[in-house]
Amino acid sequence: MAKVPKPEQLVNIDHKPPAKPWMDMPVKFEEGMWCYAAKPESLEAVGLPNPRKWSPEEEDWKLPENWKEVIFEGLRERLEKYRSLRIFMDICVRCGACADKCHFFLGTGDPKNMPVLRAELLRSIYRKEFTVAGKLLGKMAGARELTEDVVKEWFYYFFQCTQCRRCSVFCPYGIDTAEITIIARELLNLLGCNIEWIASPVANCYKKGNHLGIQPHALKDMVEMLADDIEDVTGIRVEPTFNRKGAEILFIPPSGDVFADPGIYTFMGYLMLFHEIGLDYTLSTYASEGGNFGSFTSHEMMKRLNAKMYAEAERLGVKWILGGECGHMWRVVHQYMNTMNGPADFLEEPVSPITGTKFENAKSTKMVHIVEFTADLIRNNKLKLDPSRNDHFRITFHDSCNPARAMGLFEEPRYIIKNTCNYFYEMPEETIREKTFCCGSGAGLNAEENMVMRMKGGLPRANAVKYVHEKYDVNTLTCICAVDRAALPTLMNYWVPGVSVSGVHELVGNALIMKGEKQRTTNLRGEPLLRTEDGGDV
Amino acid sequence: MGMGLSALLVIALVLLAFLGVQVAGLQFLFGVVIPYAAFFIFLAGVVYRIVKWAQSPVPFRIPTTCGQQKSLPWIKSNKIDNPASTAGVIARMALEVLFFRSLFRNVRAELKDGPKIVYTWEKWLWLAGLLFHWSMLLVIIRHLRFFADPIPSFVKVISSVDGFFEIGLQHIYVSGIILLLAVTYLFIRRVAIPQVRYISLLSDYFPLLVIFTLALTGILMRYFMRENVVAVKQLALGLATFNPTVPEGISVLFYIHLFLVSVLFAYFPFSKLVHMGGIFLSPTRNLPNDSRARRHINPWNYPVEVHSYEEYEDEFRQVMKAVGIPVEKE
Repeated sequence: MAKVPKPEQLVNIDHKPPAKPWMDMPVKFEEGMWCYAAKPESLEAVGLPNPRKWSPEEEDWKLPENWKEVIFEGLRERLEKYRSLRIFMDICVRCGACADKCHFFLGTGDPKNMPVLRAELLRSIYRKEFTVAGKLLGKMAGARELTEDVVKEWFYYFFQCTQCRRCSVFCPYGIDTAEITIIARELLNLLGCNIEWIASPVANCYKKGNHLGIQPHALKDMVEMLADDIEDVTGIRVEPTFNRKGAEILFIPPSGDVFADPGIYTFMGYLMLFHEIGLDYTLSTYASEGGNFGSFTSHEMMKRLNAKMYAEAERLGVKWILGGECGHMWRVVHQYMNTMNGPADFLEEPVSPITGTKFENAKSTKMVHIVEFTADLIRNNKLKLDPSRNDHFRITFHDSCNPARAMGLFEEPRYIIKNTCNYFYEMPEETIREKTFCCGSGAGLNAEENMVMRMKGGLPRANAVKYVHEKYDVNTLTCICAVDRAALPTLMNYWVPGVSVSGVHELVGNALIMKGEKQRTTNLRGEPLLRTEDGGDV
Repeated sequence: MGMGLSALLVIALVLLAFLGVQVAGLQFLFGVVIPYAAFFIFLAGVVYRIVKWAQSPVPFRIPTTCGQQKSLPWIKSNKIDNPASTAGVIARMALEVLFFRSLFRNVRAELKDGPKIVYTWEKWLWLAGLLFHWSMLLVIIRHLRFFADPIPSFVKVISSVDGFFEIGLQHIYVSGIILLLAVTYLFIRRVAIPQVRYISLLSDYFPLLVIFTLALTGILMRYFMRENVVAVKQLALGLATFNPTVPEGISVLFYIHLFLVSVLFAYFPFSKLVHMGGIFLSPTRNLPNDSRARRHINPWNYPVEVHSYEEYEDEFRQVMKAVGIPVEKE
């Protein structure tokens, strides 16, 4: 693992571009700025091409013999399949408005991290192969030859983009670097150039149902341990079921919430909520993963992994699907699932069994986001909440990239937070909602070996947290994304020590007054409440 | 490299027209043949480009959402920045195309000591871009007076508003002046901001310099050299009615102007200038965010290999049964 320099060293960032034109700057694999190569067994598990042992550090990447052909053919096919790609290759005017919108550019100063230049890495090859001007004029027209160095450069920079889409908010033509990165990664995958941190969860998820490859009995065990913890805190035994046919609702969380601190507290919140409202739901061990690292690999892999959601909902005969707090999962569910794996005619239009609310916005996909579901419960006074139980949390909310810029899920989580907590402070306007900054570890980049990249990329987010930490004494960063919950604690420890990370439903779990519960003395984390016996504040 | 070369290129083009007309006497070539050729290249090229774009389908509904979604009825949604209906999309696109909505969001982010990232007001690019495009549109509309007789009334109205200011007895067209200033700003900005200069290609400088030269020659002709507009109109009308003539008394400056217009037209479909059409087709902007309410169809959706529940259960049946998870086959 790369040694991570101290924050005061890392922050020496020069945003001035070098004298040499970027095409003449060969890619340099800097320490801590890249991820390990996908292992052959991970690619083999799902039948991805060119499985082999290799490392980005080595000179020889063991590309297939006809690799150039593969790239050109792959690019041609995708230009014909995706209008987005064709348009985005043609219409950029290089105005530069996107440059300082990218967290990786702000955090590294590397000019190839400017979204415009990241796209040019691919565009230059497109021009050379697919445009008259590029063929005739070459470099003068911004075109260049495809070489192995270009492939290496792609690998370095397209696995240094978290597909957060912040640049696309500011682009006057809506050019979406995520779209370009997704397709560039598809091309790299045609050559077998993926990273292990993505390939392994993909393989696990495909065969075993979730990223870590937790087997059904172990998953049940973990959930039951969380039920034990809930019982310790509340005195109430929640009894989640698995793979139960005839349940009304299939609940699919990101698996990260089942096993990783602090996601587990969010998971406990889900279970407590469902128990309290008497929801007829089941978990699935087969579709136990909301997350979809396939979406960081290729459109096809995304579809292959996502297929389980509808398949399992149909097998179990549920009415509709409820989804947990996860970012990229919701990009896939909201913008892709119904198109790829629908129509879900075997499901019913989602109606809350508690409030009778019809979720009109989800009537075709038939999957509801849990914060939509819970916000509706609160609005209809179906929950008894004691926000003072969250008084030890002084909260700010991190809008996760995908729910923000691929859905517009802004008010629902805020409504829940305001009803479950007394101390809530927004970060500066330029860093929230559609302008939110990525955690720096999204799109499959939350590995260990690229820690320098993650800390650099997370700087703008952390900096905004630091602002509210100093101004309002904020000590908790709340989010609705499991990758955030995995990545942000490290980021906070590095840039803003003293700020912990939670999910929104952890706050719900704490505030929720359950029928027959014992006097709570701790929160879900086992930390003592800031309250006296009679319920008043200390 | 790009900047110098494109400047040289523009100078060469100016010289070419100058020599062609002044020395070789090729008025017909520069006044008729090249403009026609350029116009048809423009038409054919733009059609080709749009057909090419339209041929690629939009497999997924991927709008970039920039405001609250439409979900629960009591949550106020942002109907324009996150449109759920076609009307919303039309409003969003209108704001993008007419007022550069997204560019208006621009702020500058800079890393200061602390470390501290500070965000500062930066709407100059938006302002210059907007002025540049709008004034160009006005200039083009004003030029229609040369191609039609009688002059269409909307051209007259626009021209008279545009020429509201008078200096001496001369009406000054504000649009032309603004165009010159805006294009100058955009050029200077491209050179002066290190990051923007770093990403700039020859094809970024070239159109700016051509348009700068066009605006400059236009202003020279109108206010300083007093071009023979009657003759120019005769030429333009001839072109427009496919009855081309080359009248006497047109200056070489005009031919330079016309040649650069021709170059720009012919260049248009093969360059980034197609952003003008592309914006209308951009899938992150021109689709409603309704993909959970209405199914979007991908025309090339194909079946993929999946790991079925049956295969999964076959692998884990024993452990599932052992912990009481229901199975399909005992």
